[in-house]
Amino acid sequence: MSAESGSNRRPETGAFFQRDRTWHPPALTPNYKTSILRSPQKALLAFDNTLSEISGPVFGHAMLGELDADLIHNFARPGESALGERIIVHGRVLDERGAGMPGVLLEFWQANAGGRYRHKKDGYLAPLDPNFGGCGRAITGEDGGYAFRTVKPGPYPWPNGPNDWRPSHIHFSVFGHGFAQRLITQMYFEGDPLIWHCPIARGIPDKAAIETLIAALDMQATIPFDARAYKFDIVLRGRRSSLFENRLEGN
Amino acid sequence: MAQSLDRLKESPSQTAGPYVHIGLTPNFCGIGGVYATDLGATMVNDKTRGERIGLRIRVLDGTGTTLKDALIEIWQADADGLYNSPAEMRGAADPNFLGWGRCPTDMETGLCTFETIKPGRVPFRDGRLMAPHITLWIVARGINLGLHTRLYFSDEEKANAEDPILARLEHRVRVPTLIAERKSDTYVFDVHLQGEKETVFFDS
Ligand SMILES: [Fe+2]
Repeated sequence: MSAESGSNRRPETGAFFQRDRTWHPPALTPNYKTSILRSPQKALLAFDNTLSEISGPVFGHAMLGELDADLIHNFARPGESALGERIIVHGRVLDERGAGMPGVLLEFWQANAGGRYRHKKDGYLAPLDPNFGGCGRAITGEDGGYAFRTVKPGPYPWPNGPNDWRPSHIHFSVFGHGFAQRLITQMYFEGDPLIWHCPIARGIPDKAAIETLIAALDMQATIPFDARAYKFDIVLRGRRSSLFENRLEGN
Repeated sequence: MAQSLDRLKESPSQTAGPYVHIGLTPNFCGIGGVYATDLGATMVNDKTRGERIGLRIRVLDGTGTTLKDALIEIWQADADGLYNSPAEMRGAADPNFLGWGRCPTDMETGLCTFETIKPGRVPFRDGRLMAPHITLWIVARGINLGLHTRLYFSDEEKANAEDPILARLEHRVRVPTLIAERKSDTYVFDVHLQGEKETVFFDS
């Protein structure tokens, strides 16, 4: 029934830790021009989570297809595979208390090895790869672990400044246990000099925060003569213990 | 020095970008054969309990232009006000209703449409009932951190008037930004990212 029914854990029902909005990019980051007209300007309405924010749907492992976590093959013609540097991306989803989170739905998307997206809005010169779609998904195991196989995405130019390039990156959508944990972010690659030129990455005010989005080359997890590996951990909002919470009526 | 609290920091958000469809609704943007269907595209079936309603949602930028590259997720209780979630301790929700949906805005019209049911009332932290509502989460190119708000219903005047969240709004003129207008079986809701009619977004 639920991701947690496989374990002996009681479902947690506490409210989530307050979000540290100074750690995230602010809504308005003028160097990323599209944010200018799409950033709310009025104060947010703050309130402690109600059940509407604490609760969230559960996605079971049964929904996954065999190749969902293999972007090298999930769009490829039979017997063929995507072009590019073969990599494994793996890591864990943790909450702010450091606990591994099982049952988290991760959905990822990316450009191909040449930096081109399979999308009608992308008109970059680099060609499409007929064997690469660019999407995949996984659900974390008991310890919060996940892994998928793909090709390293290429950097690409984008219309913002006269000459802006996105660093190589993989987009991640993360679905935790409560709807208030919902998060979309991007994973960057260790050693990529473009990260520090990127108006989107640098919309995050704190350099230490940007560094938490940079996956490390993980030689111990490589598959010799097949694929290199990058390790990328993701942290979602922690939740308060409900031990001392006021009980909802009817509990 | 005191002991360390040993807490991690939440991963910082980054925009969903213009190609969010590839990851979240691949069939919608022409990437077929990877997933059978797009997740969250269908919310109700024949057995789902409750009043069928439609939602027509648009997202508008600071110039009043409709976004054509946004994506909206909704999360709601079932007809009895129960969430289909392990965090729901009051009873079992309708097994034919997950309560979660996902819809990209149409690439031409910017319209986002959901077929769902009218949710029941859910208790606030102190046990008072909140008015029926649907939680919205909005992402798009240019939005650095997903926006969280709620859709309330125009034909629930009495419940809205006693809703503890709506009651917290100091500027009462902003309350209507959270209320969808009923037009026959459909509720129409415009999300304004900026401007005089800027929607109330939440920090919760
Ligand atoms: Fe991208």
